Amino acid sequence: MAATDLPAGWEMVVGLEVHCELKTATKLFCGCPNVFGDEPNTNVCPVCLGLPGSLPVLNQQAVELAMAIGTALGCEIRPSTFHRKNYFYPDMPKDYQISQYDEPINVDGHLELPDGSVVGIVRAHLEEDTGKTTHAGGTGRIHGSDHSLVDYNRSGVPLVEIVSAPDIRSATQARAYAAELRAVLVATGASDGRMEEGSMRVDANVSVRRSPDDPLGTRCEIKNLNSLRSLARAVEYEARRQVELLEAGERVVQQTRHWDEDAGRTIALRSKEEATDYRYFLEPDLVPVVPDAQWVTAVADTLGMLPAARRRRLEELLTTDGAGTGDTPGGGAAPTPAQLDQIATVVDLGLDDLVVETVAAGVAAPLVLARSANEAATDPDLARKLDPVAFAGLLGMEASGSLSATQVKAVLSELLHTGGDPAAIAASKGFEAMAEDDLVSTVAGLVADHPDEWARYRDGDDKLAGFFTGLVMKATQGKANGKAVAAELRRLRG
Amino acid sequence: MPGRYTITRDDVAHVAELARLELSEAELDMFTEQLGAVLGHAADVAALDLAGVPPTSHALALTNVLRPDEPRPCLDRTEVLVAAPSVEDDRFRVPSIMGEAP
Amino acid sequence: MSSTGSPASPAFDLADDVRAGRRRAVDVVEASLAAIAEREPELHCFNLVLADSARQRAAEIDRMVAAGEDPGPLAGVPVALKDNLCTRGIETTCSSRILAGWRPPYDATVVTRLDRAGAVVVGKTNMDEFAMGSSTETSATGPTRNPRDPSRVPGGSSGGSAAAVAAGFAPLALGSDTGGSIRQPAALCGVVGMKPTYGTVSRYGLVAFASSLDQIGPFATTVADAAGMFDVIGGHDPADSTSLDRPTPRVVSVLGDGIEGLTVGVVRELLEGADPDVVARITAAADVCAAAGAHVEEISVPEVRLGLSAYYLIAPAEASSNLARYDGVRYGLRVDAPDAASMNVATRTAGFGAEVKRRIMLGTYALSAGYYDAYYGQALRVRTRIVEGFERAYHQCDVLLGPTSPTTAFPLGERLDDPLAMYLSDVCTIPSNLAGHPAISLPFGTGDDGLPVGAQLLAPALGESLLFRAAAVLEAGAPAGTGGAAGGVA
Ligand SMILES: [Mg+2]
Ligand SMILES: [Zn+2]
Repeated sequence: MAATDLPAGWEMVVGLEVHCELKTATKLFCGCPNVFGDEPNTNVCPVCLGLPGSLPVLNQQAVELAMAIGTALGCEIRPSTFHRKNYFYPDMPKDYQISQYDEPINVDGHLELPDGSVVGIVRAHLEEDTGKTTHAGGTGRIHGSDHSLVDYNRSGVPLVEIVSAPDIRSATQARAYAAELRAVLVATGASDGRMEEGSMRVDANVSVRRSPDDPLGTRCEIKNLNSLRSLARAVEYEARRQVELLEAGERVVQQTRHWDEDAGRTIALRSKEEATDYRYFLEPDLVPVVPDAQWVTAVADTLGMLPAARRRRLEELLTTDGAGTGDTPGGGAAPTPAQLDQIATVVDLGLDDLVVETVAAGVAAPLVLARSANEAATDPDLARKLDPVAFAGLLGMEASGSLSATQVKAVLSELLHTGGDPAAIAASKGFEAMAEDDLVSTVAGLVADHPDEWARYRDGDDKLAGFFTGLVMKATQGKANGKAVAAELRRLRG
Repeated sequence: MPGRYTITRDDVAHVAELARLELSEAELDMFTEQLGAVLGHAADVAALDLAGVPPTSHALALTNVLRPDEPRPCLDRTEVLVAAPSVEDDRFRVPSIMGEAP
Repeated sequence: MSSTGSPASPAFDLADDVRAGRRRAVDVVEASLAAIAEREPELHCFNLVLADSARQRAAEIDRMVAAGEDPGPLAGVPVALKDNLCTRGIETTCSSRILAGWRPPYDATVVTRLDRAGAVVVGKTNMDEFAMGSSTETSATGPTRNPRDPSRVPGGSSGGSAAAVAAGFAPLALGSDTGGSIRQPAALCGVVGMKPTYGTVSRYGLVAFASSLDQIGPFATTVADAAGMFDVIGGHDPADSTSLDRPTPRVVSVLGDGIEGLTVGVVRELLEGADPDVVARITAAADVCAAAGAHVEEISVPEVRLGLSAYYLIAPAEASSNLARYDGVRYGLRVDAPDAASMNVATRTAGFGAEVKRRIMLGTYALSAGYYDAYYGQALRVRTRIVEGFERAYHQCDVLLGPTSPTTAFPLGERLDDPLAMYLSDVCTIPSNLAGHPAISLPFGTGDDGLPVGAQLLAPALGESLLFRAAAVLEAGAPAGTGGAAGGVA
């Protein structure tokens, strides 16, 4: 992605660290439920409260989800160990975090974005989440609050931290990376990807430089971006801030910054001037995880198709079953930009299987894709359960002209909620197709009633086709098929 | 190598800060001397050439100790909170946190 | 094959009497409580005596027996627990101000196992604060005195447990051994103390000092009782990732097997620096082994000389992290301050004693940026060397012999202000912790001062059977009039 969102002569360099909560039944090192939103301090035990004498035992499912993420990101899955990262903080019950440090389970992968650009993945490692702190009194933020309250329900929830290479060059690309990564995490079953619930949290490392040949500039880390929009805005703001500093002859100071969504700017965190020295050492209470080839394969076999492959599948479906303009080897047309958007929507919403199966049931791919991305997508949860044969039946009626687009929408809405036979639903709504004779006489009558307009249409003013179609629709209360009306008008014009 | 295997008063002050301990001036002197003596004794370890010797962190070489992802009973919240020095709204109450987590 | 016959097992004999209805558990417990009432004020073995719950538990055991149920192999036997073993609803303080009043909401695995075996917990024993010390003088509740000579220390850090058994308060006790904290006080108090192979006894519920070294083990008046206690508490625990998932050797069954034909190596480096009277006792112990048909030879394991230095980097490093959690937020002491970090500082500064602070700082230093490789990293490589040294020794020998402590019990206060001198009293016990190997100390005669000398036997990982066999031989051949309890229950 060459696009830059910066003033000419500047390039931003961005790397993202994404913390993803894993969708396990229990926490990383204890059997407490891993659920969001329960009453405070109810999902806790000696282990996740860090009580004296308690010991961690590693959750197998968390390891396998981490391996699944690694596989999906094309990582090498390696023997790994856990370290203690020592620092004091009230939401961390042991005052150290158990995290994979110099031997992470996944290294050296990559993520291909929809635009074809590739971002390197340095590592994707397992670690435990902290508890949740609420700041009471004052503004509700950390600064100015007079005390804080800690809930340890989240303490020990399994996280995979995915660290990208500094390969990202624009805010747009940063956003695309996070969106694609979220889609991959959801597709692997590792995460629900809910940024608003904090199950996916993004930190951005941002620096700027004048030329791709320059060494990396001093970077700032923006913590805890909790929406794709915030991510893009924060990266854009921070890069511009750094460019302005440098253009004014000042220096960028390496620091951690916070994104203020309301003010639309990043702010330096007021952190105590004590050098962070995490005193990492191997966690003596845990033993190494050494996945053998058989285990790695077994996990890989559980993976479904990933978003990139699913998008490619739909693109191929369009080109082989497409509009037929013949500029691709398969004989179909390359997808239009609008269709690429539809494909992205359908894949994001998990409706791609529906599209594939509906096309297989005999409906043209462009129509299936359009209806899936636009109409079916209004209720994706129901649409994912839609019977492809019924959906194909409905779209077939549209293609043959026996139902109008408006009628299709009405039938689909009911089909989504109740299921059943689309023809029967159409009939129950009185949507039986107009007989051809009725259409011919209706059109003829309207032409006779509007001789001036008809004359202009006949003389080549094609806009009047819409005028006559509108009249027909009004006269038939929408039952007429638009395509059939247009065909009749053309026939009459001769 | 006496210069290396010793600890200065500033070092002691620094580690006390890292460890969230506060030392009086007298304690600083005392601990500097005592820790210096212990580290001086450890000079035998420092003097060894152990390049290429792998570290031993665990007494026994176990791998892949895992548990099934099955829920276990949690503690009763009352029993948890009764141990806490300060509680508010069923949460652990702490004085104002000045800085963000590092 | 020579045999020692059937070694004495007073605690298990007592349990057999209770199980058979020949003796009531309530009477056993009353005897224990009476002994405690008599000498506890002088000795201070306990942080907490659990008279009421012990009486209730004993009555329950008697009811079970009356109902024809078997309460288990330790039916009605009074047991003392080191105060770093979590007991549900019962104060567990590690003899630290920072945990004063803390009642864990759960039991340590060993506590559950003792309960299932029918044991009766009579109290939580005094210890060096967070097990950091070799004399039980760093306890926030004051020192324990040695029952053999109350002007002397009982050793440490499990000094309260060792002294409780030596004083006859309970025939069995549990301690924890990170660098000798079971064996050294056992030696100084004249009882049997054993550190199992790392991973054979669950650490779940043992308040951690140095996780890669800590191991729970028994105190008893006889080798057979220690063996029986090890059988009760050992075995795989899925709550401890470092627990070995394999059958534990049932050591009681091999106690009478003798050591004929085995090779016993007397470790030269363990004798270095030991007092001459201690060396003389160990030489005599070697003679007992030879008389029992073992081949005895002197062996050099030079790596063990490095143990002390490596230990005093590794153990404090792990401790500095393990003790970070005492921050005043969730349990234990809090000293208020305007902000959270200052509250942490105020709490920890007030809550920890000098020795704990010393080790936390030492460990923090050893792990800190710029020093890790020279200190902690180097110590881990030394640990590898020590393991290799033992490997060589066990090619040549089946078990190793040496003193447990270079001296007999020293006077209270003697080493308290000289950390290095105090640390040196662990020089003979530390190597087994670094290697993760089992070792046992048993009384073998007295020194010139009339105080007990401990003989230490060492075996390779999972060599508990060999260890106990050799210990039974030494016990049978020990000079008369040493060891055992000073009266009391059994
Ligand atoms: Mg992290
Ligand atoms: Zn838990």
